[in-house]
Amino acid sequence: MMPYSVFALARQALTGHRSWPAAWRDPAPRARYQVIVIGGGGHGLATAYYLAKTYGITDVAVLEKAWLGGGNTGRNTAIVRSNYLLTANSRFYEHALKLWEGLSADLNFNVMFSQRGMVNIAHSNAEISALHRRGNAMRLNGVDAELLSRDDLGRLMPGLDLSAAARFPILGGLIQKRGGTARHDAVAWGYARAADARGVDIIQNCEVTGLRRDGDRVIGVETTRGPIAADKVAICVAGDSGRLAAMAGLRLPMESHVLQALVSEPVKPMLDVVAVSGALHVYINQSDKGELVMGGDIDGCNSYAQRGDPHVLDHVVESAAALFPAIRRLRMMRSWGGTVDMSMDGSPIITRLPLAGLYLNGGWCYGGFKGTPAAGTAMAHLVATDRPHPVADRFTLDRFDTGDLLDERGSGSSPWMH
Amino acid sequence: MRIPCPCCGLRAMAEFTYGGADVTRPAAALPLDPSAAPDADWNDYVYRRDNPAGPHRELWFHAAGCRRWFAVTRDTRTNAFLSEAVA
Repeated sequence: MMPYSVFALARQALTGHRSWPAAWRDPAPRARYQVIVIGGGGHGLATAYYLAKTYGITDVAVLEKAWLGGGNTGRNTAIVRSNYLLTANSRFYEHALKLWEGLSADLNFNVMFSQRGMVNIAHSNAEISALHRRGNAMRLNGVDAELLSRDDLGRLMPGLDLSAAARFPILGGLIQKRGGTARHDAVAWGYARAADARGVDIIQNCEVTGLRRDGDRVIGVETTRGPIAADKVAICVAGDSGRLAAMAGLRLPMESHVLQALVSEPVKPMLDVVAVSGALHVYINQSDKGELVMGGDIDGCNSYAQRGDPHVLDHVVESAAALFPAIRRLRMMRSWGGTVDMSMDGSPIITRLPLAGLYLNGGWCYGGFKGTPAAGTAMAHLVATDRPHPVADRFTLDRFDTGDLLDERGSGSSPWMH
Repeated sequence: MRIPCPCCGLRAMAEFTYGGADVTRPAAALPLDPSAAPDADWNDYVYRRDNPAGPHRELWFHAAGCRRWFAVTRDTRTNAFLSEAVA
């Protein structure tokens, strides 16, 4: 692998940038590997990278049914934060955030991590109290959090409607200054390039169609490019976890739902933090290209369609325009949907499955992208050692039988409520 | 997406509330005695789902219309409704 640096850039400039090598190889699948990772999104590629880097396991293939990062890695709103309430979630996402802070250097690939600040906006006294509680919980868990007055919000976001005549008048907020955004495609590409450099085979256009088993052990996978044998198989497939688990005869405590997002046409810089209003169900930030990136809630019914209903986008746009009246005349440039695993308590699952040699990383709900580095770390640890990583040891599958749930939102066992 | 309400016909999705997969409660014959079914059956009923990519039997509530609950089969890949709704 050619390291990316200012010297490499200068050297390539001399030849008109025509001799850059491919960032990763395009190998044909071999007959067997020590570990197969199913899913070439951020989580699968990160799992392969940390298996190679931390545990020295380089006999690894990442199987991707389409192209790298074409699922939820390329469909999220690129927000990174760790402002969680429950200790188990806080410690996991804070571990992820610390990895994000060094990720570009670690991968020798600029993931454009921008700690521009993550602001929660409150519209009622009850929400202010909830933000006090959340901020205190974050500080107790060693995560940065600061309460904001209305004047603070006005200085941070000059476009914010702080008037008493606003649709939902704003009373205050909470900021996590270390939160922000990252370039989501670059995360997939950076992990792919770094994993490939350590010997991992990244195989695209290779869909897993079945699991090969010998009694209660998994011994490989069937794919559209033929059978591949493996000692261990790690499932990292976001919204398709249920389908992969069904190949092993398992029913999971989760449903697949569609989550939509949209971008406006690009405009000059007007918003340099990530703004979220829980009451209005909207999150909004401005990309480096100038587009306003917005998202809201899932549509609310089971879906693998990767497209949703327009009334949900209406709600997102109405809410964003209520916060920032200046954006009312912007045109929407495009919208899209991704299939998310909504677990029954709103928290992820990183676990061994009853079939020996089979591991699952899923149930990420809204939180998959920001968790990418820690999910890869935890999954690699689990696959390599057969023991859960300390930052993810509460993300079990049997918590739904023991009652040890991680119900961050407190909305019970309805996946479409999380 | 337009949803076939058995009372009102095809109406916009925004008028409806989703009720989830049409799952069968354990020990339906003995609703006042939860111990009549093993814990594992209750855990499956509350938490585990088939979550198919394909035909899915599910419940809807026409909240902004006739306020009726009904069951219908929809393909989760295409959003095509595959059955008449049953109130």
